[in-house]
Amino acid sequence: MRFEKKDILDIESLEPWEISMILDTAEGMKEISERPVKKVPTLRGKTIVLFFQEPSTRTKLSFDTAAKRLSADTHSISAGTSSIVKGETLIDTAKNLEAMKPDVIVLRHPSSGAPHLIAKRVKASIINAGDGIHAHPSQALLDMMSVRERKGKIVGLKISIIGDISHSRVARSDITGFSKMGAAVSICAPQTMIPKGIEKMGCTVSPNMDSCIEGADVVMMLRIQKERQGSILFPTEREYATLFGLNRSRLKRAQKDVLVMHPGPMNRGVEISSDVADSDCSIILEQVTNGVALRMALFYLVAGGNRHVDSH
Amino acid sequence: MLIRIKGARILDPGNIDEKKDIFIKDHLIHDIVDPEYKNMEADVIIIDATGKILVPGLIDIHVHLREPGQEYKETIDTGLTAAARGGFTAVCCMPNTNPVNDNSQVTKYIIQRGKEAGFSRVYPAGAITQGLKGEVLSEIHDMKQAGIVAVTDDGKPVENSNLMRRALEYCKGLNIPVLVHAEDTSLADGGSMNEGPYATFRGIKGIPNAAETVMVVRDIALSELTKAPVHFCHISTKESVEAIRQAKKRGVKITCETAPHYFTLTDEDVKDYDTNFKMNPPLRSEEDRQAVIEGLSDGTIDMIASDHAPHSIIEKDVEFDRAAFGIIGLETSLSLSLKLVHDGKLTMENLVQKMSKQPATLLGINNDIRKGNIADLTIIDPDDEYVIDPSTFRSKSCNSPFSGMKVRGNAVLTMVNGRVVYQRGIQ
Repeated sequence: MRFEKKDILDIESLEPWEISMILDTAEGMKEISERPVKKVPTLRGKTIVLFFQEPSTRTKLSFDTAAKRLSADTHSISAGTSSIVKGETLIDTAKNLEAMKPDVIVLRHPSSGAPHLIAKRVKASIINAGDGIHAHPSQALLDMMSVRERKGKIVGLKISIIGDISHSRVARSDITGFSKMGAAVSICAPQTMIPKGIEKMGCTVSPNMDSCIEGADVVMMLRIQKERQGSILFPTEREYATLFGLNRSRLKRAQKDVLVMHPGPMNRGVEISSDVADSDCSIILEQVTNGVALRMALFYLVAGGNRHVDSH
Repeated sequence: MLIRIKGARILDPGNIDEKKDIFIKDHLIHDIVDPEYKNMEADVIIIDATGKILVPGLIDIHVHLREPGQEYKETIDTGLTAAARGGFTAVCCMPNTNPVNDNSQVTKYIIQRGKEAGFSRVYPAGAITQGLKGEVLSEIHDMKQAGIVAVTDDGKPVENSNLMRRALEYCKGLNIPVLVHAEDTSLADGGSMNEGPYATFRGIKGIPNAAETVMVVRDIALSELTKAPVHFCHISTKESVEAIRQAKKRGVKITCETAPHYFTLTDEDVKDYDTNFKMNPPLRSEEDRQAVIEGLSDGTIDMIASDHAPHSIIEKDVEFDRAAFGIIGLETSLSLSLKLVHDGKLTMENLVQKMSKQPATLLGINNDIRKGNIADLTIIDPDDEYVIDPSTFRSKSCNSPFSGMKVRGNAVLTMVNGRVVYQRGIQ
């Protein structure tokens, strides 16, 4: 089957076979980054705009690196430098970008659904690099890639996700993606951070952290946003760490060969203890490495047409 | 000039429900006669309304006409034209204009512009508090002298409970109804759609039912305290309906309205970040929708109002969380409400109560179909099937979630002050 999607907006809109195809393609891309000359001409002459309306280091660099390794030209616009600060609407900005004929626009935006809004208006492919609290599809895909690489499969695994589910687009995309691919997803958080009806996305809600990670094949910790401390969601980081922090003794409840993941940036000593973050079961840095390959695959699939990688 | 409307079922609940002919002369209902009656006058305009239902002019007690201040969304003229097309002979317009209708000058301006428009009537509602700020009472008596028929801070709640108490007491003394926008904004917490699984899936911040219901319950308590009547606007939740039902049983002097979207759509319909499905209160769950229909059926909900809220693409063609709340409804309200009649949830008599008689009673208007009364009338064709198309609307805005929906039943003639201000497919 051929990948026909113009845009990568969320995991919900991807079929399982499309997810598998993306992961397969990403695996093939990985080797390029190991070469002495880390560049192939696949997307030479293609223009990719990185349109980031929210702060980002890792995701933006990852997309940028991925594009450059495929020889695409990249341009970067961020919140402070775009005409949005001059009062231009998102649609007008997107239409203006469109007029310069980019092939792909990578959008990060604080409003849920912003990529969906512009995808309908422009011919360029839109890749969602995180919209509000809705979706972060490339993160979920690289998470699935990292798990599949280590475990050889996704189906049948127990995935535990712990942290601020309410405000996490990573959690939403991971819950949708892993459950779509046949894993059992269990989540845990303070009750203030569990949104209504989340179980309808295909996960179970655990009453406490111990039961959540019992027998888990993968434990994924989410960043707890420090600015929420002392708000009405939880009292202190100290109390949060006591109830929902991942440490060595808690991790014993998981499978022996458990993988520990984190989308970053981590708060060491809050949601994850340093010894766990740096332990052998942690694949946090592999996630980052795979992120580049996965994003190369996305660019290739939406902009590369029928071309083969390494076509020269 | 004499007009004879022939062949209609004349339905004015509690007054008349018969096939009769009606004569209109000089703004007034001149006579109501048997169909066989032969008139002697030579110069009679005949309107054939066979198979149609003639009712007292419909009144939409909750619309935003946007003038003064936001004429690019709607003007009093376009809004009243839309009202006429929707079958409404009168509307009550909310005070959240710019400047706010919190003084008699703005009230007089609105009334003057309404007269100039010459379509449906406009009855302005004044602001409870100056500038809708929830701090100081407006000069309500002065506005009443100028022509307001109710007060409300619609769009915003009166957060301060003590101020609300005093507003109810003050308005009781002036004998002017208070229309309540029930919302606890701290619970709404900047949300954009109903809190629930669909908000969770779409990553949109939710507004819980309780944001509405806690304020409904508060103002029921204040009505009991002050013995002053309270009218609740746009009721959307199961819990609010139940609270109002129980309070009415205790004899508390409250009334309420809902809007067609709350008994037609649910939060599941909020798809693809379409901002035409964003309004406040938000579309609720199927359970709430059923409770609203139940409330209409058993009489807990007294009225249907459109909450007509025009917005342009500047406010609507944007990110969902940044889009303005509100949809238009004047030209779809009757058709959507008639579905309740077709579905057996309401009788036609109930519908006329909720869209004409009860609003008239609340605002102190006499629109009975009686000899000698002002001729404000609506003729309904209950079986006219059509597909809703906002491009045909008279409203200046087209922010409707009902585009493309197939409906049955519509207004075919609207008469205000003895003059036909809208007619379609009727001679």
